[in-house]
Amino acid sequence: MTTFFNLTLAGLSSGAVYAALGLSLVIIYRATRVVNFAQPALALISSYVAYSVTKDTGSYWLGFAAAIVVGTVLGVAVERLLVRPLRDAGELSAIIATLGLLLVLQAVSGMIWSNEPHAFSYAFDFRGRFSAADLFAVLAVVVTASGVLLLFKFTSLGLRMRAAAFNPEVARLLGVRVGVMLTLGWGLAAAVGSLAGMLAIPPFISPTTLDEVFVFALTAAVLGGLDNPLGTIVGGLALGIGLSYVSGLLGPELVPLAALAILVAVLAVRPAGLFGRATARRV
Amino acid sequence: MRSSRSAIAIALASALVLAACGGAGETPANSGGAQNGEPAPGVTDTEVVIGTHQPLTGPAAPGYSKISVGSRAVYDYINDGGGINGRKITYKVEDDAYNPTKTVEVVKKLVLEEKIFAMVGGLGTSTHSKVLDYLTTEGVPDLLVSSGALMWDSPQKHPNTFGYQVDYTREGKVQGQYIKDNFAGKKVGLLMQNDDIGTDSQKGLDQFIKDQVVDRKTYDPANTDVTPQISALQASGAEVLVCECIPAFAALTILTSLKIGYKPQLVVSSIGADPATLTGLVEQFARQGGTQVSGGALLTGIIGTRYLPSVRGADDPWTSFFKEIHAKYIPQEAFTDTLVYGMVMAYTFAQALKAAGRDLTRQKIMDAMSSGELKGPGLTPFGFGKDSHAGYTGALVFQLAADGSVKTLQEAKVTDRESGEVKSYSEKRLTPQDVKLVG
Amino acid sequence: MLNKLPPVVVHLLAALGCLVLLVLLTFATDPFTNLRIATVGYYLIAVAGLALLTGFNGQVSLGHGAFMFIGAYTVALLVKRVPAFPIWADLLLATAAGGVAGLLAGAAAARLRGPYLAGATLALAVGLPAVTQRFPDLLAGSNGLSFTVNSQPAGLRSIPSTQWQAWIVWLAVLLALVVLANLARGKLGRTLRAVRDDEVAASLAGVHVGRTKILAFLVSSACGGLAGGLQAFLLGTAAPGSFTVALSLSLLAALVLGGLGSLWGALWGAIALVYFQVWTDDIAEMLSLRNDISDNLPLALYGVVLIVIVLAFPAGIQGGLRKLWVRVRRPVPSQRGEAS
Repeated sequence: MTTFFNLTLAGLSSGAVYAALGLSLVIIYRATRVVNFAQPALALISSYVAYSVTKDTGSYWLGFAAAIVVGTVLGVAVERLLVRPLRDAGELSAIIATLGLLLVLQAVSGMIWSNEPHAFSYAFDFRGRFSAADLFAVLAVVVTASGVLLLFKFTSLGLRMRAAAFNPEVARLLGVRVGVMLTLGWGLAAAVGSLAGMLAIPPFISPTTLDEVFVFALTAAVLGGLDNPLGTIVGGLALGIGLSYVSGLLGPELVPLAALAILVAVLAVRPAGLFGRATARRV
Repeated sequence: MRSSRSAIAIALASALVLAACGGAGETPANSGGAQNGEPAPGVTDTEVVIGTHQPLTGPAAPGYSKISVGSRAVYDYINDGGGINGRKITYKVEDDAYNPTKTVEVVKKLVLEEKIFAMVGGLGTSTHSKVLDYLTTEGVPDLLVSSGALMWDSPQKHPNTFGYQVDYTREGKVQGQYIKDNFAGKKVGLLMQNDDIGTDSQKGLDQFIKDQVVDRKTYDPANTDVTPQISALQASGAEVLVCECIPAFAALTILTSLKIGYKPQLVVSSIGADPATLTGLVEQFARQGGTQVSGGALLTGIIGTRYLPSVRGADDPWTSFFKEIHAKYIPQEAFTDTLVYGMVMAYTFAQALKAAGRDLTRQKIMDAMSSGELKGPGLTPFGFGKDSHAGYTGALVFQLAADGSVKTLQEAKVTDRESGEVKSYSEKRLTPQDVKLVG
Repeated sequence: MLNKLPPVVVHLLAALGCLVLLVLLTFATDPFTNLRIATVGYYLIAVAGLALLTGFNGQVSLGHGAFMFIGAYTVALLVKRVPAFPIWADLLLATAAGGVAGLLAGAAAARLRGPYLAGATLALAVGLPAVTQRFPDLLAGSNGLSFTVNSQPAGLRSIPSTQWQAWIVWLAVLLALVVLANLARGKLGRTLRAVRDDEVAASLAGVHVGRTKILAFLVSSACGGLAGGLQAFLLGTAAPGSFTVALSLSLLAALVLGGLGSLWGALWGAIALVYFQVWTDDIAEMLSLRNDISDNLPLALYGVVLIVIVLAFPAGIQGGLRKLWVRVRRPVPSQRGEAS
């Protein structure tokens, strides 16, 4: 029984990370209908900046703040410079562009900080089955996700962002500054992604640390429905716990296969994810 | 229609022709070896070109990318001193990102395009095993392979290939015997990489501590979460944990054990026991708000095995020697045991090159390797001889102290791959002055 | 005269011509370049398969590498365990294995759209190679399988092995391309494009959308299986470390670079895939940069090129060539302002 309990706790904290990174993907998808494959690279660069700041100043939280700021700035820059020009070019172009960006940023981080792993602090004490650091991770994600959901659902800014994504023409007619909303959406998503990175990376940071996490985050986002933030949170936590059970009871080598199996099973029954809304009508 | 009928006829005819080809897996009757008696590629009057494949980028780069840096520093030192037998050594390093497909491509590039004289220190079991047959067929000397797998020691099948690193079985025997002598009756757990590192080490360990082992777990280098394995090992009650892991995973083991409150006696094999690397990886977490331990304390008491001079060996003449080279040629790099691994390898190759003489052929360098005369920086002798191409034959057992120094627990012992005993050897170790190469 | 012959024969003749040219080329270049030529070959068929799936049929697949994985391991296992089979049988079986896997994947993915399909195929690319861990005795885990392929007939033993391999690879590739070209030109090609452009309209016109999408997956993954089998044949190795997510992404990027929706684009993409890596490596060496920089430079440049292509030349290389061709063929309007 203790094993089960321990596995659940471990799955909860890793699931929180998948949920956070998945949330950043979903925010962008809702805003611009693009899956941002460069998200792990943006989170990676922000975290490397945090690493350098912490190394120079000795303060973890200063580094943390730097990561969020840098992440937001990068998100805004990517939207304006890369995604905006490709708005009409088809979804494949946006995928390729963000893939290219992923390659560039990962390589650049290797150039600046080298390919060797560097030790990367936890936010709090990491000792214990469900440590202070784990608790912080779960709480941070829950608070952030709630904040984002509340923003979208109850504020006028959120309404405007949703309008800009859902029907930009009409929104423009109604006075919504669509361009600004899209940029804001990307900035917000990148900030959430940077948070996810800071939580996912410890104990070691290297250019390829976030690769596997990203695949699971994308799986979580797809599972929950790419246009549903709450679904992604649920999907992320469930995936984290599920994969933790697989890893502990069946063997860690089965984790990627298990993720695939879960995904296929869910999508076979609900092709738009557990909570997603199907957008096309079948004839 | 006529055209489709003739198309079918052509297809059938080709099928018959193709079926006449031999089975894809069968070895043809006369598989030719390399031609001897030709001038060796990669050798001129003033230069000898050698090559290697290393993971300079990608997931395995951390740690291993520095080996070639160390080797290059030694080659620069030798070249500045006039080279070996009047030839400078040109060292070509190709990145294979630990991807076996890329390894095959870059090795073919080195052999066909760069026309290397020899391959020195090809790194990785899963990578190098893919080019083993190719190098043998092409007759390229394949020296000092950077891996502890047993397959490099097969003089019948691969006469060109020579090991370097102590193989995992031998090292497992040294570890097993030490544990049996010093931790008799205690429960032992194993955490191993899920490839030949694990299988070969177990062959050695089981010869001594099979009845003490209560749990065996493996990890996959692609998966950095070892909590399930460590939890299971804790649940099994193992008081001694043998970690056949690369440095990143040795560090993860230490941190994860700390996290779940598991305090076994850790025994780490040479591939993961570089104190400088480990300290660099875990020290950060000691200064963490909340923990009371210091960086050194996290590593104190860890037992490791080693067969090369340690960077912390204050009274080892080879350490000082390599330290000088480091200071002159690569001062910006951290002076770690991984760097020294590459430096000793380069030095050993240069020794073989010198022994092969001015009239340099591929056969002569391989004769020099298997002569058994190569003695140098290692703490144990090589296993090179007519019937064995095994590298270092044993290891020394050490322990990390709180102040970061290393304390020798058991002097170097040597053994074989089978069930021979682990015994001390008493030959005096040569100093840099004894085997001077240049200057 | 050529117009009178059925398209199949035209394609076969063109393929034969290409093969002859290729054989001559391999004699003119050194053995290592022959290896590169062969590498372009198997990448070409992999990207061509993807062109059919993603370019013609609009299904974004990030998991093409998984089908190459299947093809490679099929050849590896056959060479090791059934050594009597000639290499042709092994390659055919690799193609078939890829096709079967594609059938299953297509059936599972038939109802998925856009990013959902992308996510599912990405999970496939990550998850499938992990199966080697599960069956370590059969599939040798992380180390992978290593083998030597004997395919040269006794009479041709004097030809260097890389040259012979290049011939075999390109023979298989050209045959497969003939099949693909016929499919693309014929009814299947039209059906694929119809489904891509407007599923509802296609369905109303009597096209069975689900079946078409599955068929696209089948053909594309059969090409992937063949490509993987050829890679295994060429390199004598099959290991999970070769079939990373990066491979699948590179294939997709090569397709876009070469030009979506065109089989010629697959050729440019494959050449770019091989030679771009070579050129960036050479640049890095020429500028003798610090290790950290030089190690990562090829990837960085590759990413920059992708971004530039997508921003500035969205139709890829083939699109650019087509524009050039049109401009060359059409005479410049006269000064009196002829209507276009």
